[in-house]
Order: sequence, then structure tokens, then C-alpha cells
Amino acid sequence: MPTMIEAANDFVVKFANVNGSGSASANRLFVRSIIRMGVPVSARNIFPSNIQGLPTWYEVRVSEAGHLGRRGGVDLMVAMNPETWDADIAEIEPGGYLFHDSTKPVLASRLRGDINLIGVPLTAICNERYSDPRQRQLFKNIVYVGALSSLLGIDEAEIERLIREQFRSKEKLIPANLEALQLGRSYALDHLSGQLGLSVERADAVGERIFIDGNNAAALGCVYGGATVAAWYPITPSTSLADSFGSHCRRLRGEPETGRKRYAIIQAEDEIAAIGMVVGAAWNGARAFTATSGPGISLMQEFFGLAYFAEIPAVIFDVQRGGPSTGMPTRTQQSDLTACAYASHGDTKHVVLLPGDPKECFEFAAQSFDLADRLQTPVFVLSDLDIGMNEWLCDSLEWDDARRYDRGKVLDAEALDAMERFGRYLDVDGDGIPYRTLPGTHPSKGGFFTRGTSKDRFARYTERGADYVDNMERLLAKFETAKALVPAPEVASAAEATGLGVIYFGSTAPAMDEALAALDADGIRLDAMRLRAFPFSAEVEGFVADHDRVFVVEQNRDGQIRNLLVNEAGADPDKLISVLHYDGTPITARFIAGSIAARLRAADPAQEAAE
Amino acid sequence: MTHIAKPRFRHPKLPVNALGFTRRDYEGAVSTLCAGCGHDSISGAIIQACFELDLPPHRLAKLSGIGCSSKTPTYFLGNSHGFNSVHGRMPSVLTGANLANRDLVYLGVSGDGDSASIGLGQFAHCLRRGVDMVYIVENNGVYGLTKGQFSATADQGAKDRRGGANPDAAVDLPSLALLMGATFVARSFSGDKAQLVPLIKAAMRHRGAAFIDCISPCVAFNNHAGSTKSFDFVREHNEAVNFLDVFTGRDEITADYEEGTVQEIVQHDGSVLRLKKLGADYDATDPVAALAYLQSHQTAGEVVTGLIHVKAAAEDLHARMETVEAPLSSLDEAELCPGADALAAINAALR
Repeated sequence: MPTMIEAANDFVVKFANVNGSGSASANRLFVRSIIRMGVPVSARNIFPSNIQGLPTWYEVRVSEAGHLGRRGGVDLMVAMNPETWDADIAEIEPGGYLFHDSTKPVLASRLRGDINLIGVPLTAICNERYSDPRQRQLFKNIVYVGALSSLLGIDEAEIERLIREQFRSKEKLIPANLEALQLGRSYALDHLSGQLGLSVERADAVGERIFIDGNNAAALGCVYGGATVAAWYPITPSTSLADSFGSHCRRLRGEPETGRKRYAIIQAEDEIAAIGMVVGAAWNGARAFTATSGPGISLMQEFFGLAYFAEIPAVIFDVQRGGPSTGMPTRTQQSDLTACAYASHGDTKHVVLLPGDPKECFEFAAQSFDLADRLQTPVFVLSDLDIGMNEWLCDSLEWDDARRYDRGKVLDAEALDAMERFGRYLDVDGDGIPYRTLPGTHPSKGGFFTRGTSKDRFARYTERGADYVDNMERLLAKFETAKALVPAPEVASAAEATGLGVIYFGSTAPAMDEALAALDADGIRLDAMRLRAFPFSAEVEGFVADHDRVFVVEQNRDGQIRNLLVNEAGADPDKLISVLHYDGTPITARFIAGSIAARLRAADPAQEAAE
Repeated sequence: MTHIAKPRFRHPKLPVNALGFTRRDYEGAVSTLCAGCGHDSISGAIIQACFELDLPPHRLAKLSGIGCSSKTPTYFLGNSHGFNSVHGRMPSVLTGANLANRDLVYLGVSGDGDSASIGLGQFAHCLRRGVDMVYIVENNGVYGLTKGQFSATADQGAKDRRGGANPDAAVDLPSLALLMGATFVARSFSGDKAQLVPLIKAAMRHRGAAFIDCISPCVAFNNHAGSTKSFDFVREHNEAVNFLDVFTGRDEITADYEEGTVQEIVQHDGSVLRLKKLGADYDATDPVAALAYLQSHQTAGEVVTGLIHVKAAAEDLHARMETVEAPLSSLDEAELCPGADALAAINAALR
């Protein structure tokens, strides 16, 4: 008999499915029922660039301790896809469990001796109960959720409540789903008692947290931040951001008296047109954004330069995926930093925000419109597929009703009448940010010509070198001003003073939290800085200066944020040690802690010998 | 190109329009294009049209791409906001601007390189969407700023300055505009202001996508024998389908025409387009017939001009999208932000 992993509220379940089979909503039901039991969960979709018929996985980590990063390894594999059977089984930890459809016997040669088998004749149960092939397929998913919930000790009432909530608008589906759930539960009760060493126990570790994906949260941030124009072109993994913006607007942005829309969404002919529309709308006074991914960023480059040089606000969401070229469209990476920070030809630098979870996707989305208007420049919000397309457990979204939009330095007719002479590119306040006017403001004052060519402080075309340099220097001064306006980095100091630091950002956050705890338990102390924006504030420079060695953890090949630290924060490259994970899967705590510990051992062989 | 401000002095008795503006108030900086360039005549026609329409200069936004034609918005309507954007991408910038504020008049100025080559996609798509605008292509068949390469509107077989023939078929922008559902399609000639000014006026009073292809000979690179975009060629082959009079609110419709020779079209804003038919029995309201007419006459080597097609009851992008009447750019927190209570309900549904 193989050993049995025994764990309560701390294990990994992986569902191996075929996409298009209806498994996604059943798997989600499973996860939400655990959250309703008060136990934190993180769940990640691992899916191919395909609509129907290819393998897809849903990896669920249950962690009462609250570790929301990907752990690695699988304790319970729910193997619903014969095609990936061998690889799925290979992933199971020794002593782990294989949950499978036992309608047909499994050849011993395709099993492992060190794992435990839990069989439910799903096909047989469904074939007996349902005659319609589609129902047989769909309810099979609910039947396995029923069996698993029984095996794990998930409160039946929580699942029932979720089913009732989910089908509130399609009530006739409720009894059928409840019945399928019971089919699974009763089979498990009757036949499988005591076969699974994993369990879910009611806890109080979730609190008021919500379960939301970053794209949905960012879309809500756009609604709250006052975006009225969205122009986009479909591209994974950003599409759901534009889709969510549409569905939130339909509910929240109708004019009460007329039902007419207080927003405009255009699915453009390509990414170039999408960013062109954003630039045009923002030039004309609307808050506008586009959502895209790496290939879209490549196509938009020329417009980024125009918006930078002509000083037009624009908000760009880049939900990063694996690059370069078409790369890995359905896998995650943090590899567009360079492409965004220095987007377009000529000398350019852009504001880039780096949300670390869906809540920050919401906050940074709303804030990005203030920043773009204040700084009159493109603002990039860089999330990635892991944050964007996976639901994360995160703090509730918050909004202060007293908050007012910062529309920046826009002159109205009254202000124009009061002033002697308007100069579009005059640095009146010494912060590098000029005043702008919107078309249609004043019959005779404040009109100017916006152009991507060089101009003087009064927006007149010029090729005089001194005027060009004057303008470029002011843009640098403006970028300096941005440092104090963008979200500041967050620092978590080690329990005791240390010469070691680690810098990270974005979706690496939950894995890093866990890695730091693991390293700390091994006596390795690190001060940690989570970057939340570019340009870097003085604090970032100070952090590197204050430490002997700083690990820079990122999900790309070339150490892109490390390069930015060297280029833009004056960081000593000899101090910065890259820890890079870029195979398209979300980074894990095991990888980070393992890599850092290995580097330290390699740098200090004496320590290794002592161990 | 340098910026040369135009002297402000003017004759004290220049006529004024209903707003008290003279024609000079609609001018811009001094043109830096070649002497005799057709584009400058088009700028003059735009100035004349805006003056005659009593248009407040600041209620019009002029947008362009890159190229000789795209430079011209500097040379008219100096008190209007202008935007010289990216090569071939003016339509998207104009579309965005229009989405932000539906209350302004949008004038897109482009060239044949800008619209028929690099920007053909955006040209087609902004017409499809029914963006409320006047889109003028100043069409000379060559790249001027890069010194005389053929553009995509150059006719097959047309000769360049060195006698080389253009091997490629031409993109016919009015035909494409018809196919894309543009609700106002015209062609004119920079050398024929009497035809061009009423067309611009009618286009400005049209609600929807209005496109004017204006043949505008390039005196530097495409005005020689063998060119099909030269002054001489266009004058010799100009085949006008109608002559247009535009009557707006304050005009009195006077002249009488013989039955059957005139087609009157009332646009959405009440402006009346009176089309005096020339020659053939041409129906400008029928886009299918218009396309066939264009194609057959072009094959015969004629340059068809006039108001080729107009749909009186056109719908624009905003009407199709059902956006609010107020400009989106004018909405504030109270209208845009759902507030903390709504967010609490959203949070609750995500637990």
C-alpha cells in the first residue's frame, strides 16, 4: 500500500480537463465552496491557445496559511483527460491521489505504485441517469464536484447555496444541478469513505476578501476612474478586460432618463487604430484607454511616441503574455517592460504602473487616468495573464465618494481670457508640465496645432536645435515630476538587519511572500521591495545602495527590470543578481527560495560546507 | 517648413458673415507649399465654405496625417484646434476625437499616400463606422515630400516625370467609399472652386461620414504630359454629374429650374442640397447606380466629379452607438462614477 498524504486545508488539487467540455464552471464551483468554508484558495487556469478539444488544467491551491502563489507539485489529480493521463500522473507527489473515472478499468502499466487511486464510475453514473449526450457531458463535471466535496468534507450547504446563486436567473436549472451534485456525493459516501487523506475544515481565514480576476478589476477601475472611451482589438489575455468594461458599463453607465450610454466602446480594425482613437479622444478631453498584450504594444509604438512628444494623455493596459512574436499567447510572462518603458523611436520614457494583484489592478486603473491627465502623457498599466485571467483572493475593492478626478492642467475660457498669452508648451510652474486647452473652448484664444514634429513653446513648428532641446529637456523634467506621483514601492523589512535585499513586482508578489517566509525559516533574512511603478523614486535607489546584494526576481529572460534599475536608478550592476523564471508558468515560492538559497551557497562555499 | 504668421491688417470694408467674422478670420499661417500647389486652392475653398456657413472657428477641429496635404491645416482656420497626427492614421484619431465630443465639426485632411497607401485600412473603417466628419483627400497621385514616387491613386499607365509608366492598378477612393457605406461621396478638382466650395459646405452640414476626393495637381512632380492628375488632363476629362447649390437656414431658396432637371435633398439638419443635373439622368441618392456610373465612366477615361452620392437620412456613429447627447468629455464624477455603495454590492457578489 502506498503511503497517504494527510493534510487539512493545505494541499494542491489539479483538474485535468478537455477545453470546451463545461468543466470551467464546475471547477469554479468547487473553489468557491472552499472559500465559503473560510479557507483561502488560489486557482490558476493553464490553457492552450484553442477553443475546443485540447487539454486544459485548473490548478487549485488550498492554503489556510494564506499562501496564494503557485506551490508546484500536485497532491490530488482529478484526471478527466485521457490524452494527458501519463503526464498528469507523473506530476502527483508520492503518497498523493489520483481521482479518475473508473467506468473502464485502468491498465496497471499506466499507473504508479506510490500513489492512491480513487475511482468513481462517472460515465456509468451519467449514462444511467441522462439520455442526452450533452447532459451526460455537462453533468459529469458536477458529479465529480459532488464526489470530491464529499471526500474532502466540504459543507454541502455551501455548494447548494452557490448553485442557487449562480442560477438565480435560470431557476429551472437549479434542481438538475443539485441532483447531479447528490449523485456524486452519495457514490462517494457509499463507496469511498476514508480513501482520501486530504480535507477542508471550516476556518476563518478569508474574511471580507473577494475572488476576482485582474482584468475584471481593471475594467471596474476604468469605470470608477471615469473612462468614457475604450478602443481595443481582441487579443489574449487582455480581451476580457474590454469585455468586462462593456458589461460593467451596461449596468452602471446608462443615463437614467434616456437609457443612452455614457461611454463608447469601439472594437477597432487593429491595435494601431485602437491607440489612435484613444489618443484622439484624450486630445479632445475624454478619458480613454485601450487594452492589449505584447503584439499590440509592438504595433502601437509610433502612436506612443506621438502621445509622448505631443503630450497627450492615454492609458494602455498591457496584460502580458509570453513573447516575442506570437510567443505563448496563453502563458504568463513579465517581458514587456522594456517595450513599454522606452516605447517608440527617438528618446522616450514612459510611466509604467505594476499592479501586484487584482485589487491593485482596480486601484491603478482608476489612478492611471489621473496620472495621464496630470502628466499629459501615456501611462501603461502592466499586469499579466496570471493576474489578468485568473481569479485571485484579494482585499475588497474600495472607493471614497469624496474623491475627485484630477483632470490636470486644462484651461477653460475664463482662464484664457484672464491670461496674457497662452503657450501650449510653456513650463509655467517649473514642474515640466505645461497647460493645455481642449478644442471648442474659446472663440479666439487657446487654439493651437498639435503635432508630432518639433515645435517651440507656443506650439509653432520649428527645426531650430535650441527649441528642440528645450522641449526635450522639459519632457525630462516632467518625467522627474512623475516620480513623486506614481505609486511608491512597498518595503518589507526582515526580522533583523541584513545586507541582502530582494526586488520584485507584479504577479510575483504572492510567491515572494511565501518564499520570504520559507527563507526566513532557514535563517536567510532579506529585506524585500515590491516595485509598483516606473519611473523609480529615490527610495529605490536608496534600497539598492543600502544592501550588499540585491536579488531581482522577474518573469522574463533578460532581466528587464534589472536593466531599468541600472539605467534609471543608478543601481550598481555588480550588486544586482537576477532570479529569472520565464517558462510561461507562474513563478513559485519553491523556485524563488530555491534559487536564492542556491546563489547564496554558491557565493559562500564555506557556508555550504558548514551545512 | 517654417511657421510664418500672416499679417493681420485687412481692408476695413471686407464683408462679414452672420457671426461678424470676415473671410480673413478663417485664414491660418502663410502656406509653405510650392507656388501654384492645388492644395492651397483647397485651403482657400475650405476657408470660403466655413465663412459662408457662419461657422465659429473654435467649433471645428481639423485633423490630418502626414504629407504635403496633411500640412495644410496650418494654413487655414488659425483659431481652430488642429492635430497633425501619424502617417495614415488620421481617421482613427478623428474617430476618437469625435467620440469624445460629438458637438464639434470634424474636418479630416489627408492625401493619396496617407489615405490610399499606408492608411487604406483606416480610411475604409472610419467610413464604415459612419463617423460624423468631412474627410477630404487632396489627391495628386504622387508623394510630394519624398520627391515624386507614384502613389496608390496614380492611374495604371500614367507617366512619371521621366516617362516611366505606373504598372499598378489605381485605388479609386470614391468607389471604395461607396462600398464602405459612406453617406456622402463627392469628387472635385482644386481648380474648380465654384464646384468645390458648395461640396464642402454640403459635407459640413451632412451628419455622417462625408468624403470628398479632390484632384489636386502637384506642380512639382505630377503636372506633366502623360500624367492623369495634371491641370490640363483633369480640365480636359472632367465629367461633372451635377452642379450643387447649398441652402442653409438663413438662405432663401430662390432660383427656379425646369422640372426634372433638379434634385432636391433635405439633410438631417434642414440644409437643402439642390443638385442641378448635368447631362445624364444621374440619381445621387442611389449608391449602387453611382458605383456603376463611376466605374464605367472611369474606364472611358473620364474624371467623374460632383456630388456622387448622398443619403439624406444618414445615421452617424453616435446614433448607432446610442451615446448620450452631451459630449462624453463633458461628463463628471457624478455622471461617471457609480460610487462606494455600488462597489460594496459588487464586492458582495464576489465573495
